[in-house]
Amino acid sequence: MIIAEQKPIQEIKSMIAGYQKVLVVGCGTCVTVCMAGGEKEVGIIASTLRMALKLDGKEPEVIEDCIRRQCEWEFVDELKEKIEGVDAVLSTACGVGVQALAERFGDKPVYPALNTTSMGMPKEHGFWIETCRGCGDCGLGKFGGVCPIARCSKGLLNGPCGGSQDGKCEVDKEMDCGWQLIYERLNSLGQLDQIEDIVQPKDWSTDRDKGQRRIIREDVKV
Amino acid sequence: MAEFEPKLIAFCCSNCATSAANVCEAIGLSTPGNVDVVRIPCTGRVDILHLLKAFEIGADGAYVAGCSDGNCQFRDGNIKAKRRVARAKKLLDEVGVGGDRLEMYNMSASMGPEFAKMARKMTERIRELGPSPLRKK
Ligand code: SF4
Ligand code: SF4
Repeated sequence: MIIAEQKPIQEIKSMIAGYQKVLVVGCGTCVTVCMAGGEKEVGIIASTLRMALKLDGKEPEVIEDCIRRQCEWEFVDELKEKIEGVDAVLSTACGVGVQALAERFGDKPVYPALNTTSMGMPKEHGFWIETCRGCGDCGLGKFGGVCPIARCSKGLLNGPCGGSQDGKCEVDKEMDCGWQLIYERLNSLGQLDQIEDIVQPKDWSTDRDKGQRRIIREDVKV
Repeated sequence: MAEFEPKLIAFCCSNCATSAANVCEAIGLSTPGNVDVVRIPCTGRVDILHLLKAFEIGADGAYVAGCSDGNCQFRDGNIKAKRRVARAKKLLDEVGVGGDRLEMYNMSASMGPEFAKMARKMTERIRELGPSPLRKK
């Protein structure tokens, strides 16, 4: 899933300060799970915004909605009528959702209420971690199912570095060393000899280097 | 000028604080009339949005009254409530309303006098802070 967190309310306020009627719209998928931009958070953001703006002597109408997913047209289109009736939209989806709204509703300003941080999962309640960088050429098979690109601070393909201590990373003592995790996992799989293999430099052309990544499949087109 | 009478909303757990309020009444102690009590099944039910709404609709202050530590009937509802109160306080600070206007208190069902004391204590604090800046607008 996509992980995101709310922007400071003052930053959000400054983006929508000049508008008379604003729709705060949430997304019912990833950002609901990471408790940053689902129906409940839309309520919280809208409420804090109303108060913050009132204190500035402004009282725009702030309305709320939340759709199933902001990154699919069929759900985005449900918002057509509502968006036509407002001056601006504040999206509490990830950056994908914000852009989908901006593309669909060409004449409406759309602003992000969240900072999209990463792809990952909840490690436990209230704790989300990044686990994949979307490099486009997955090497998890070589690393016992633990991604060194996302989980080693230095993204080392041959690790660990000398800074790994007691299972923690030297960059941040609260953070697990990705390579320690790889070591433990390979060990429990009985594949520890794999750690001796030198991984060749990665071909990063599947990453960001060739611009926006696209997938086109004729077989699923309708 | 008449003394400012703060308007407070108290979210009270029905297992402890609400009973404490009843004890308070039974022993002839008055609870201040400026406190509106919202009875909730457990403070774990209190959501950040409930707390924010209290201020949005014009309260000068609000508090959550739950069971004492370790005594929640639903194990840790009061601990969860405390965390939510902390987040709501931060948001109120960010907004400019002021996190000091919100508090969490713990008590047991028999603590009638404490219930009244707490209501007065919070009323005093808010009286010092003055009306909610939202009400002044
Ligand atoms: S818009 Fe973003 S948060 Fe919502 S479902 Fe799509 S990817 Fe997930
Ligand atoms: S190797 Fe690439 S695709 Fe696989 S988990 Fe790591 S970043 Fe994601």
